[in-house]
Amino acid sequence: MKKWQDNRGWLFILPVFLIVAFSAVVPLMTVVNYSIQDIFGPGQRVFVGTEWFREVLTDERLHEALWRQLLFSGLVLLIEMPLGIAIALMMPDKKGFGASICLVVLALPLLIPWNVIGTIWIIFTRPDIGLMGATINTLGLTFDHTANGLHAWITLMLMEVWHWTPLVALLAYAGLQSIPPAYYQAAKIDGASSWAVFRYIQLPKMRGVLTIALLLRFMDSFLIYAEPFVLTGGGPGNTTTFLSIYLVKIAVGQFDLGPAGAFSLIYFLIVLLFCYLFYQALQNVGKGEQA
Amino acid sequence: MNLEWMAWTLPTAVFFSFIVLMLIGMTIWEIKSPTVNRKGFLPISTTRGDRLFIGLLSSAYIHLLWVGLTEITIWFALVISIIWMFLVMRWG
Repeated sequence: MKKWQDNRGWLFILPVFLIVAFSAVVPLMTVVNYSIQDIFGPGQRVFVGTEWFREVLTDERLHEALWRQLLFSGLVLLIEMPLGIAIALMMPDKKGFGASICLVVLALPLLIPWNVIGTIWIIFTRPDIGLMGATINTLGLTFDHTANGLHAWITLMLMEVWHWTPLVALLAYAGLQSIPPAYYQAAKIDGASSWAVFRYIQLPKMRGVLTIALLLRFMDSFLIYAEPFVLTGGGPGNTTTFLSIYLVKIAVGQFDLGPAGAFSLIYFLIVLLFCYLFYQALQNVGKGEQA
Repeated sequence: MNLEWMAWTLPTAVFFSFIVLMLIGMTIWEIKSPTVNRKGFLPISTTRGDRLFIGLLSSAYIHLLWVGLTEITIWFALVISIIWMFLVMRWG
């Protein structure tokens, strides 16, 4: 006998469907349309086929920005994920007052607007009056993120880690708190080491939240714009010109909407590919062990 | 409704119409015959929707590689992508 299905639930997703259609699908379709035309103004456009894609794909500055972006996102993930997990492991149990203090302190950087973050770090790292910049210079070392590319990268990485590691820590902490005490009791009876508890209980149980953390951190760091724009403006030279900053230069600075559209689509496809690969990798971690 | 601001062209309209039709077709197929996870030549077990997504995403990359590396007409990339899509959907 065929089971009767109540399909009224579909009506509840209709508002979300409409919102996504207007906020994401329609703009995406417009970008696709722009990417194959030369737009001069309203009603003035010429079909150019794949010309903008060819131009963008062979652009050396885009290649450099892409490698810079991949390096930045790779470093961000390499630092923030282990650090966030370590902080979560060190945090006190949820029953205590200390946990509440930790949670509030961790949440603070996440509450600050992104452009304000950049401004804070400009002041913090200024070689003359900034706490960090002036202190380093007092030690006899020269530190100036406006003149030295390496210093600009160090400042950006510090800012990014300070800003977003709390998100990873909070997610990991939530994952840890959801593990039933029976798992720890069983591990204790078996005489499991701290490493074994982490490797075979905590890490697998955190997989879901860590997948979310990894995807969020990858997407955010790969699409980063406001913080480096405020802090370095893409400089010195082009050392911190990431994909988003370069894209805005083309779209807004030069008002080349066609190449900017092609660039945006390529950018979108790169993000989509990496997110899918990360998602699949994390979904399949430990499956062999469970079997 | 004036859609001039969206700057539609015939190729993009055909492209998006095809995508919409494909999604409708997949939905009907799913209702008629629900998908099951299976392992083909792809390194992961996939559903029908997964294979469609993988096929479409890899087709986009085939086109980008074609445009970036060759001067030959993009129709060849389209033919390669269709063959690839068929392979992924059938044996992926």
